Amino acid sequence: MAKFTLPKNSKVKEGKHFPAPAGATDVRRFKVYRYDPDSGENPRTDTYDVDLSTCGPMVLDALIKIKNDIDPTLTFRRSCREGICGSCSMNIGDKRGGSNTLACTKAIADFDGEIRIYPLPHMPVVKDLVPDLTHFYAQYASIEPWIKTDTANPSRERLQSKEDRAKLDGLYECILCACCSTSCPSYWWNGDKYLGPAILLQAYRWLADSRDEATGERLDQLEDPFKLYRCHTIMNCTNTCPKGLNPGKAIAETKKMMVERQI
Amino acid sequence: MAIDTGGRPLSPHLQVYRLPLAAILSITHRITGVGLAMGTVGLICWLMALASGEQSFAAVQSFYASWFGKFLLFGYSVALLYHLCTGIRHLFWDAGMNLGKDEVERSDKMVIGGVVVLTVVLWLVALI
Repeated sequence: MAKFTLPKNSKVKEGKHFPAPAGATDVRRFKVYRYDPDSGENPRTDTYDVDLSTCGPMVLDALIKIKNDIDPTLTFRRSCREGICGSCSMNIGDKRGGSNTLACTKAIADFDGEIRIYPLPHMPVVKDLVPDLTHFYAQYASIEPWIKTDTANPSRERLQSKEDRAKLDGLYECILCACCSTSCPSYWWNGDKYLGPAILLQAYRWLADSRDEATGERLDQLEDPFKLYRCHTIMNCTNTCPKGLNPGKAIAETKKMMVERQI
Repeated sequence: MAIDTGGRPLSPHLQVYRLPLAAILSITHRITGVGLAMGTVGLICWLMALASGEQSFAAVQSFYASWFGKFLLFGYSVALLYHLCTGIRHLFWDAGMNLGKDEVERSDKMVIGGVVVLTVVLWLVALI
């Protein structure tokens, strides 16, 4: 059953304020979710006033500047800083609320006023902006994301026509950043059993691959009330994907395959 | 709660997420669905009154003709037409059509426009 409010230990309190250095002219306020597992205290939001004249253009640049120059205790994941590793996925927004995206490809200039940064929504928080993705990765493993074949190995690569290869465009680019899954209300309320958009897009990536020979088996795996059919086409996934992919469409195509194989 | 957080706090969700229009229309689709199920009780009252004779039918009719009865009927009609419009959109989606980001934004507006137009037409026909 869906629980719309946060549990008692998760309610967010107001935290500390770190003012900008004197003489700073281009100041932007960042409100960042903080949780320290060692203190046992509730999460809080700390406010950092950052001098943008000495900061890079992206939200990740601001986070790195905060960690380097203002508050070294701030914890977040980052690696490639160019939208390919999927580490810095988080919820970024302003006073009107946020959406999930990669901090490295989101420009500070896209926002007016205060920028609010939270971890990916409805996830267990390890520390600050770091969510626990163990369950998400276990769900990915559950769809067996590798090629499965029954026929004897050919003497060379398994070939694919250009047309068949094109069917994987919009699927293979997924970097598993979990922005879409954690934007999905269905995944919020039923994430234990519903696979969520990211994993379902990955599942469809193998269903759509002409070289894979386990299509029926894969569809059998998805055929239950929760894994696939908790998708109600809310479309938050497609709206939030930082790579411009369309998990909603991949799920619809999977549902179509389910019907088509019965007629 | 769906996920066992193992003592860890749960990150904010509805509290911080800015729901896109499509998501608001989606939850409204569900709420109107629940409303329609309750509205069916009203329809059954009307039919049962009709079956049990002139007097009881007149009583129910006069209730539906009152301002509160009309208000309920108006709400029911909006819910019905809304559910119809979003339902038709779901049929297209289930056929794999119009699932692009821009296409969804366009059909968001078509649904809202459709409900307004159909509601106005229905009540003009009903009241004239």
